[in-house]
Amino acid sequence: MHSDWILALIGGSLIGIAATILLAANGRIFGVSGILYTSLTSRAQAGMQAPLIILGLILGGVVSFLISEDLFINTSDRSLPIIGVAGLLVGFGTRLGSGCTSGHGVCGISRFSFRSILATVTFISAGILTVVIFNMIKG
Amino acid sequence: MKQGLITIIVGFLFSVGLATSGMTQPGKVIAFLDIFGNWDPSLAFVMIGAIGVHAISFPLVTKRKTPFFSDSFQIPDNKTIDRKLLLGAFLFGIGWALGGYCPGPAVASIATFDSSVILFVGAMILGMLIQGKLAARS
Repeated sequence: MHSDWILALIGGSLIGIAATILLAANGRIFGVSGILYTSLTSRAQAGMQAPLIILGLILGGVVSFLISEDLFINTSDRSLPIIGVAGLLVGFGTRLGSGCTSGHGVCGISRFSFRSILATVTFISAGILTVVIFNMIKG
Repeated sequence: MKQGLITIIVGFLFSVGLATSGMTQPGKVIAFLDIFGNWDPSLAFVMIGAIGVHAISFPLVTKRKTPFFSDSFQIPDNKTIDRKLLLGAFLFGIGWALGGYCPGPAVASIATFDSSVILFVGAMILGMLIQGKLAARS
């Protein structure tokens, strides 16, 4: 149990360091949903910044997966239709709300943005409520 | 060239951080949200670590006039609390709890080539594009 907490703290610190380097180097906020959307929709002249971050995220996943497949273990037991609906909601919701766990949850809270704090409280509460209801329906 | 390399490394570090922290394990994410059931609070430490580092570094970094490789800082200055923000966050929260992935960990997990990850990422991109189309129409 405690080793989980320590790994979470180390991983979280790495996330904070990465967000700091991006801010210092390029002046940008590390929000994955926004970066992903930009890299899908922007013209080439908008620069390669967003696609390169996504490339880095994928490569980091590849190396982590090669080091330990357990880091990606999926015990959630969700059916594919549920996963499809989940993905649609995450994509639609993060664009409508202008951010996700990284943009609002980490970067926004770190600069004490009231908008981001409110968004984070909202998505965590919605998540808690969803798990309660899902478990009730599942029985 | 140098900026491009730094940008890739930043994405890489972020992704290794996500994988180390447990955020790429959907069962763990769902257990973190299951506070009335089998609650696993360990992922709270991801936020504590990330916010701890970034809350200290943010004011230090933005004390500079400009970033190292660009002309200006692009910090969101929108302060409006509106329905879009709250409804968006609410829908995202539902999806997060149903799938166990938020956008960063989903992209980092492409490496697994797991069918549920690929489906999730495809559906997520579709959801983003649908929202973009609807926003452009209104």
